[in-house]
Amino acid sequence: MDWYPLWNSLRIAAISCVLVFFLGIFFAYYAARLPRMIKGILDVFLTLPMVLPPTVCGYFLLMVFGVKRPLGAFLLQYGIKFVMTWYGGILAATVVAFPLMYRTARGAFESFDKTLAYSGQTLGLSNTYIFWRIRMPACRQGILAGTVLAFARALGEYGATSMLVGYTPGRTATISTTVYQLWRTDDEKGAMFWVLINLAISTVVLLTVNMLESRQKKAVKA
Amino acid sequence: MSLLVDITRQLGSFVLDAQFEAENGVTCLLGASGCGKSFTLKCIAGIEKPDRGHIELDGVVLFDSEKHINLPPQKRQVGYLFQNYALFPNMTVRQNILCGLNRQRDRAVKEKRVAEIIRLMQLDGLENHKPAQLSGGQQQRTALARILVNEPRMLMLDEPFSALDAHLRDSLKIELRDMLQEYGREVLMVTHSREEAYNMSQRIAVMDKGKLLGMKDTKELFADPGSVPAAVLTGCKNIASARKIGLHEVEVPEWGIRLQTAQDVKDGLCAVGIRAHYFNINTQKNRFPITYVEEMEEPFEVILQFRYQDQSPDSPPVWWRLNKEKRPQQFPGELGIAPANILLLYP
Repeated sequence: MDWYPLWNSLRIAAISCVLVFFLGIFFAYYAARLPRMIKGILDVFLTLPMVLPPTVCGYFLLMVFGVKRPLGAFLLQYGIKFVMTWYGGILAATVVAFPLMYRTARGAFESFDKTLAYSGQTLGLSNTYIFWRIRMPACRQGILAGTVLAFARALGEYGATSMLVGYTPGRTATISTTVYQLWRTDDEKGAMFWVLINLAISTVVLLTVNMLESRQKKAVKA
Repeated sequence: MSLLVDITRQLGSFVLDAQFEAENGVTCLLGASGCGKSFTLKCIAGIEKPDRGHIELDGVVLFDSEKHINLPPQKRQVGYLFQNYALFPNMTVRQNILCGLNRQRDRAVKEKRVAEIIRLMQLDGLENHKPAQLSGGQQQRTALARILVNEPRMLMLDEPFSALDAHLRDSLKIELRDMLQEYGREVLMVTHSREEAYNMSQRIAVMDKGKLLGMKDTKELFADPGSVPAAVLTGCKNIASARKIGLHEVEVPEWGIRLQTAQDVKDGLCAVGIRAHYFNINTQKNRFPITYVEEMEEPFEVILQFRYQDQSPDSPPVWWRLNKEKRPQQFPGELGIAPANILLLYP
């Protein structure tokens, strides 16, 4: 039994989840402070990957990181190649999962009671302290939910990943590309096996999200 | 020791324009909601930035648009009690208070000060409670404790009683009043409630639509508000435009009467006010025929509404408020008012 797709999927999802966590929070926090006009434009741009077909995202990624494109060629000089490599999958998953984190974190930040930050400032607390010790804990549930959603999305990424890194057994194969490949080659049993694995992981993720949301509701009531 | 404020700020069509000087003791900014009171506090705290002006506290310039000085809130050392108290929900009472001691590095000193303030503010036994587990009064005391350990150079209170139940409010007013008197430095309090302003402050500055209309001693302001917005905010129910006809006589066309006044009438008089409490059946002065319109009963008082005989039809009825026990058996045909109780109002 080749467990490589599970391992590859998990590491791609985990690493892109960490990246998306910080990127999403960074943009959610700073976008909120921009002038309305710029904010509107940036918001559309940052949310696009969520509504575009993932294959279109993959197409754009190839346009930028393809080895014959300027940036792709430049990176290749340093031995970095996102096309047909396992870590190219991280790039694809990060781009597609980013809007989920960004939007959930932004929603959480927008419902944050500003007077908490103000009172921290008048007490002389640094803005960094206020961000990590007051704002983040107050928005904890929303940010956690966003992270879990982003993780689930990264784990299930197919479109952009297949465009950018394709399917090479033992090198770029992930659960979702494996399911397609096995089904295409008439290995129904193998496809079913990976479908069940995927189902199990997704169920756990959704249960976690629901648990977090119900805890959030309780916290709001209190 | 004093606070100097002279700021303007444009917010859409709303213009904030506040100039005042507050000394030690409690100064109240009294105004209707949305008149810019809280915004003024935020400018002093450094949370909002005025377009132009100068803010100075005890000789230290906090803000000056010409000299490009704008200290961040962290460096202003101004205590700010928010309307909702703004306690950090993820921290306990103790941790909240420790946040106020962030400038103090010595652990032993920190511990000592926390213990002191917890005793002083009667928060014993609540050290490890989260804000959500506290009553309104306890939350207020925790927020004050957190501010006081910070040793602010002045205190600002934004509607400090609005988050409390009515029955708690009165006992907490006394508590807070005594505490503020002991504090001894400048205290700036914002409220829309004339009772709170009267209970708590030595001086009141009236704000109307973003403009600060000058400052008076509290008792003086209630005795002689001097302007229509001040009369409204101090609870005067009967206000009508008027013009001067003699040194001690004014004409009120809306009510169709001429009133004798005790105070000298100055040129430029625009209106008069009569507090609903001050009508008197027995006074012979300023006595005019009236007709009954309707009434509203309160727990201990009754409001009787009437019209003067020659009152113009589009003018609202006049309010007369009196103790229920003093209500006459029959509605009187005439009612008087002492000349000293006519409030003269200028633009």
